This record gives sequence, structure tokens and C-alpha cells, in this order.
Amino acid sequence: MSTTLFQIAPRIPDLNIAPIPEGERKGLTKKEIAADHPTWCPGCGDFSVLALYFKLIEKRKIHHEKVTTIAGIGCSSRFPYFVQAHGAHFIHGRALPFASGVSLSRPDLHVFAFSGDGDAFSIGGNHFSHTARKNIKMTLVVMDNWVYGLTKKQTSPTSPIGFKSKTDQWGAKDRPINPMKQAISAGATFVARTTHTNPNHVLQMMEAAMDHDGFSFVECLSECIEFYEGSFDASNPRKGGKFELVPETHDVTDEFAAYKLASEDFPGKFGIFYKDNRPTKNAGEAQIVADMRAKTQGMKDWQILQKSFERMR
Amino acid sequence: MSDSVIAPKATSGQPQASRISEAVIRIAGNSQDGIQAIGGFLARLAGRSEQEVMTFMTIPSTISGGPSIFQVRIGSGEVLSPGDEADVLLAFYQHSYDEHVTSLKKGGIVLYDSDHVEPNPEREPNYRHLGIPISSRTVEAIGGTGKDKGKNIFALGLVAKMFDLNIPKLEKLVTERFTGKDQSITQNALNAFHAGYSFQLDSAWATFHFIEGQKQGSTQVVMNGNEALGFGLIAAGVRFGAGYPITPWSDIMELLRRELPKYGGSFIQCEDEIASISMALGASYAGRVAVTGSSGPGISLKTEALGWGIMAEMPLIIVDVQRGGPSTGMPTNVEQSDLNIACFGGHGDSPRVVVAPSNVEDCFYTAIEAVNIARKYSVPVIILSDQAIATRIEAFEQPDFEKVVQDISPDFSPVAEHKPYDLSAPDGVTRHLAPGTRIASGKYPVVTGLEHDELGHPTGSPKLHQDMTEKRRKKLQALGAELPVPKVFGPPEGQILLVGWGSTQGPIKEAVERARAAGEAMSSLHLKYINPLPQDLEKIFAGFRHVFVVEMNDGGLYGHGQLAMVLRGRYADPKIRGINKTDGLNWKVREVLEKARALAAGLDAGKA
Repeated sequence: MSTTLFQIAPRIPDLNIAPIPEGERKGLTKKEIAADHPTWCPGCGDFSVLALYFKLIEKRKIHHEKVTTIAGIGCSSRFPYFVQAHGAHFIHGRALPFASGVSLSRPDLHVFAFSGDGDAFSIGGNHFSHTARKNIKMTLVVMDNWVYGLTKKQTSPTSPIGFKSKTDQWGAKDRPINPMKQAISAGATFVARTTHTNPNHVLQMMEAAMDHDGFSFVECLSECIEFYEGSFDASNPRKGGKFELVPETHDVTDEFAAYKLASEDFPGKFGIFYKDNRPTKNAGEAQIVADMRAKTQGMKDWQILQKSFERMR
Repeated sequence: MSDSVIAPKATSGQPQASRISEAVIRIAGNSQDGIQAIGGFLARLAGRSEQEVMTFMTIPSTISGGPSIFQVRIGSGEVLSPGDEADVLLAFYQHSYDEHVTSLKKGGIVLYDSDHVEPNPEREPNYRHLGIPISSRTVEAIGGTGKDKGKNIFALGLVAKMFDLNIPKLEKLVTERFTGKDQSITQNALNAFHAGYSFQLDSAWATFHFIEGQKQGSTQVVMNGNEALGFGLIAAGVRFGAGYPITPWSDIMELLRRELPKYGGSFIQCEDEIASISMALGASYAGRVAVTGSSGPGISLKTEALGWGIMAEMPLIIVDVQRGGPSTGMPTNVEQSDLNIACFGGHGDSPRVVVAPSNVEDCFYTAIEAVNIARKYSVPVIILSDQAIATRIEAFEQPDFEKVVQDISPDFSPVAEHKPYDLSAPDGVTRHLAPGTRIASGKYPVVTGLEHDELGHPTGSPKLHQDMTEKRRKKLQALGAELPVPKVFGPPEGQILLVGWGSTQGPIKEAVERARAAGEAMSSLHLKYINPLPQDLEKIFAGFRHVFVVEMNDGGLYGHGQLAMVLRGRYADPKIRGINKTDGLNWKVREVLEKARALAAGLDAGKA
């Protein structure tokens, strides 16, 4: 037996589509980037994150096919349906490893993952730590609303103590996760915090995250007006709260300072807490490939395999 | 089974080398003694000598130490199983002797380390005992610094003498094995080997000579099933994988981690089983079929994501190297008890493809075929291997590399428009475009686990859920129609048809050969495609009075093993019955025969 049963004919490219030279392509308009109308409740904070993602694509003239939007499960994670581009809606909590598979095999793409507090820190908590630790190049935006919205008001890992939910009728008892601290200690190389009520700041953070070579994490407070109305008022100047930026004196490369910044009581500070230029997993893998390829240079794949088999005679 | 080692009697005076066509040698010691290495050398030598070979080993699941055996069967003709009984036992310790001496054929030879083993006088009349101070002679030969390290190589020398093996070839194998290490290590190994080879034999020794192998002129490669499967995936064009360590799958991930970068690919060790399948699905989505794998417990963890792969219609390879279960079970023993989870594990109606390689060579080609099925039908494919096939070594003809190695690079050519889940597609199969592909219409697809419309956008439409569920099923029915109908081994009509799948092909075929030699009307059928099944099996079953499904899993609540249940469900034929066991060991030819005969006799008596 030396042949296999199933042979696949290669896909024949559609000959009517001439490639467009990069320079001649216009940037996309908002209309061209928008897909399905979002299914979020009117007034949801997630709308502003979506609008600013469109703005980012528009501003940076990213073409449809160059960006990939990936999400897990949750209100926030409906995101890919609303974006007119390649996208995947994966399973609960696992957007990061899925996005890692895309990122590690496709250096040509901008990989964005959108997640919520339950998806990222509860069911996906393990992946959050390890994707950060491995420093896999992508941007993760967690739309943190402190509550499970899609399943209608259960306690989330970021719900503050005392929050009355359907699963904590007497008020939440468990100490909430601090996403900033979690990210810093896990080894994320870009850690920032923003809030949906300050659109310019959201765009600024997403853009800085996209430009970071590594795992960039943005926590965006995104109010659930249905199940946790007023949760973030203290951070919204229009509601009498205060929106304070990370002080200019803060050294973003100082892990301990960043950790300290993350320890402040709500509403805390907004901006880039931590940034490090540690090499990415992507670069590490590319280096291994380059080193190994140097030894197999000029050989076809079948010749490399033949050489391996020669040692198994 | 033809003439074997036990036939010749030692003649007085100068021993004559008897010509033999096959021999079963069992090496018993502790797991850190390098007994696998001796077996490996013998297997490789057989491969280089155009002989057939099959090995079998048991390893303790402890970290270091514990009794372990390696059995190698070398034959000049076809070798189908590692052999029920050994011709020669090489015993390093008392426990090795006590435990394994009865695995010898009556009159077989036990070669023991007289520094450690005291033979049992009751056993002496049944077996030919040859005591050699292996440990002390090894220390003498090497100089004592390594204690008795190297006694395996000394013993290899003894075996080489006994079987008149090709010394230059063995020396070359020993040298190759230690290449890259300190020169003195190679020298010590060769010293130990020569000391064993030149150990002064007394006249009680019988020596043997293999008649020439039948595979003249062909170049053979020698490896285990995990290696063949890993290299098969590479040949298939897989360039990305993700996994988590678990016995006995880890060897495959280690191999892919080491080898893939040579081809520009990458294998990632993940934080857990779920991340592994998720990452592999991400890479498949990104354009090229990726692989993940595990053994039973890990497969359970992967099933939610598998459901996504089926819903999203994403090609993916999932390797399941089965071991004894459930739970942690028997990590270093064999069982075929994951058929149900492979075929049906998960939530919802989730049709997927399951294929099972039947020998080491088949592991290589099955991997390629699995990748091509995954691509052609845009579906996850599970390769059901098992611990026995994963760890046993066989020799097979080296592949036609240029012909079998595939390029499955993604195609990013722009298209006018695209609907991945096109219900009107002529073959009903989804075609995904990798991200990076420009779609001129400006309408881009989403791949999703939600029920979706043709573009991948979510829908709550009852009709679409019905249509899409059918679509996912129908493409596998189309695959089933395309699969080759397996051939019956033996005549197409008779009393008993043994049906097997996966690694048990060899012992089942050998059982049929023995039964036919004894005048019984027995045949066998081996299934490689488990889900979907090929067509026309009922026509094959019609030719036999009994259909016995031979499996290494439990007979279950209703008396039928896992494949037997599928076949009974599919064909509603009450003559399909199970022959099962769960002792964690390969089927012995004798066990298959005895159980088949007893079951048939009971049924025939009942009917009479």
C-alpha cells in the first residue's frame, strides 16, 4: 500500500478576481466593516467597544481579510458576528487558545479576541494565565461588566462582595478577581485598563495594544444596564464619578509599581499599567523553525522525511 | 506457525546450527535495564535483513524501575502477532524467571543470569536451562566502573551467538545507537557485545540460523506505531499541532515537536487538553489541517471543542492512543474501550469520522488518509490507535516518499463571493476560506458553534437547524458510500466470521490460519473505517453462521462489546456476538481461538 484513498483536488482560484495592489486599496468605511446588527440590549457598554473597534480598523486602514476577530461565549463574545471580516465564535472560555492557534500559524494577521469577565477569568482562567505567560501575539479585550449577562444575572468572578445576583441572593461572598493584578502576575506584556464611557481612551488603548508585539490585554469596563446598572458610575464623571489617568510619572516597565497601581480601590486609574518587551512565543517558534530549516535548506519535504527514515532502517 | 526453535534437539559434540524460519524471544528484567534496547536492536536487525518482525512490551507506569518485558518475534515469513509463547526467555532476575518461565513453549530455552537467578528444580525438566553469569561477565568486560550497566548489550551478544546473527550489522546498530555520546561509551558497549558473543559455549547449546527473508530487495524501516503515526501526519502535510502530555500519546507529540520545525511547522505544548484542541482548531481555521491528540481521559476533556469542530465543520485530526480505562485506569496497558467516545462522545447530534489503523505500517498511511478525509469532508477525524500498536515495533517497506508526501498549503487566492455553509453545494460539503482570503463581495463568513445560516451567522430558524443537521450527517453518509468494502480473510462463507478492528488484526488473522489448518471453517474481517462504516457488511455477514466481534473491551451490560453494539445496532442481526477481554494485554492467538470455539460450540449445542 503506497497510495491513499482520498485525494483532494486543489482549489481553483476564482480567475475573475484580479489581485489589487496594496497601495491602490482604500481603507474601509464603517459601513463596510459593520455586519449583523448587535443583539445587545440598548444602552449596553459593549456598543461603544464595537464602535471603537470599527474606528480602529478604519483609522489604521486594515483590510477585511487582514484582521481576524475571535470570541468565546457570553454577551461580549457575540462580537465576531457584528464585524464584517473573517471571524470565529468559539466555545465558552477557550477564545484564547483558539486565537493562539491562529496567531502562531499566521503571522500576517491581526488577531483580536473579545471576551467577558466570566469567559476570560472564570471558565477560561487557565488559558488567560498561560496565554499571557507564553506571550502569544494578539490583543485581548475583556469587556468586564461584573456580572453574567447572557445567562441573566449570576455572580461573575469580578462581581464585588455584596453584589446580589440570582446565585448570591444574600450578596456575593467570594473575593473578586483583580484582572490587572492577574494579568501582571501571569506575565502579560501589555496590561491596560479603560472604560466604555470614555471612547477616545478606549480607542487609544486598543490601538496601543494592537501595536504591541506580544500578548496585549485591555480590560474595558462595560456596563450591563440590564443586570448591573450603575456599577461603574464612580468611574464616570457624567454620573458624578472620576476618571483618572495613570499618572505620567508611572514607570510602565516597573512590575511592582503596576501591581500597586492595580491595588487601588475602585474606580482606580485608567491607562497602560504595565508593558514589557519580552520576546513573543511567535518569535521563539520562528527562531526554532529558522534554525532547523537552516539544516534542511534546499531539501523538499519528502527528502527531509526520507532522511529521517534512513535512520530507522 | 511453522518450524520453530524448539524443534531441534541438541546433538552431542559440536552443536549444529538448525535452520529456522522464526523465533520468539522474550527479554525480562527491570524497566531501567535497557531491555527495550536489546529488543530494539533485534527488531532493527530483522528490518535490515528483509525479515518480518513484531514486538510487544510491558512497561510499568512507575517513574523508574519495576519489572518489564520486551518480546520480539522475528520471522522469515509473515509475522502477524508477537507470539503467544516464547522460544527463548532471557531472564535477568529471579522475578523475571519466576514470572515468565511459563511463557516459554515446552522445551524452550531459558537463558538466565546465574548471578541473580536460582532456577526452580520443578521447572528444569520442562525447559532447557542455561545459566550464564551475565552481570559479573559484563563487569569484567567493561571494567567495572559502570557496575552491571551494559549487561543488556552483553546479553545481546549471547543472543547473536545463539541465532547466528549478522555481527557487522549489529555492531553498526550498536555504534549508531551511541553516536554523539562519549566515544568510550560506544567502546564499552562494543566490548560488552563482543564479550557476550564470544562467551565460551558448552555443548548443551543449540544454535540456530534464520532462513533468508522473503522480502529480498525491498528496503525496510523499523519503528513503532506512534512513530509511524507521527511521521504519517507529517507526510500528510500537517504542520501545526497542539497537545498535552499523557501516556501513551506523548511520544507522538514529542516527535512532532522535534520534527515539525524541519518542515517549517510547529507543535505547541499547551496548558491542558482543552487548550490543545482549541489551539489546533484555531490553526485549522487559519488554513491548514492541524492535529491534537491524547489518550482516553484527555479525549473526554476535548469533547466539547470537538462538538464545535463538528458544528463549524472544521477539518481536524484527533489522535486517541487508547489505554485501559476509565479514568486513570491502566495507563501502560492496552484496551479498545474508547470506540464509543470516539464515535459518539459529545453533546448533540455530532457525526464525525473514526478510523483505526491495524498495524504499524497502517499507522503511517492511516494518518495521511485521515487528513485527506478531514479536508475533503471538512470534518474532524479521530484516529483510534492503542497502546499496543503505539509501542510495538514492526518492520515495513519504506514508503515512496516523493509520492506520498503532500503539500496542503492553504490557498489565499481571492474569490468573488463565499458561503461556507452553502446548502446548495453539489457535494453538500462545506468549504472554508482561511482568514487572509479576500472576498470581493465584501461579505465575510463567521465560523461558529451556534446553529447558523449559510454565511455562518446565527439563526434560530427551526428549518435551518433541521437542514444543517442533515447536511452535517449526509456528507458522512456520502463518505460511507465511498469507502472500500473490506475483504474477508479466508473464504467468504463458513461457520465463524471473526470481526476485528484496530491493533488486533494480526492475532485474529493468525487464529484464522490456525483454525483453517485444523479444518475449521473460520474467516475474519477487519474494519478500519469505524464511523461511518463501509457499505455491504451485511452481505459479508450473510455468508457465516456466526459473527463474533473480537475486541479488547468489556462485554457490557448486554453481552456485546463496543463495536459489536454498533454492528448490532446497524444491522439488527442477532448472530453478531462479542468476544471480549479486559486484561490489558494483547489477544493471544490461542485465546481468540478458544473463545471463538467455545462460543460457537455453546450456540450450536443450544440450537441443536
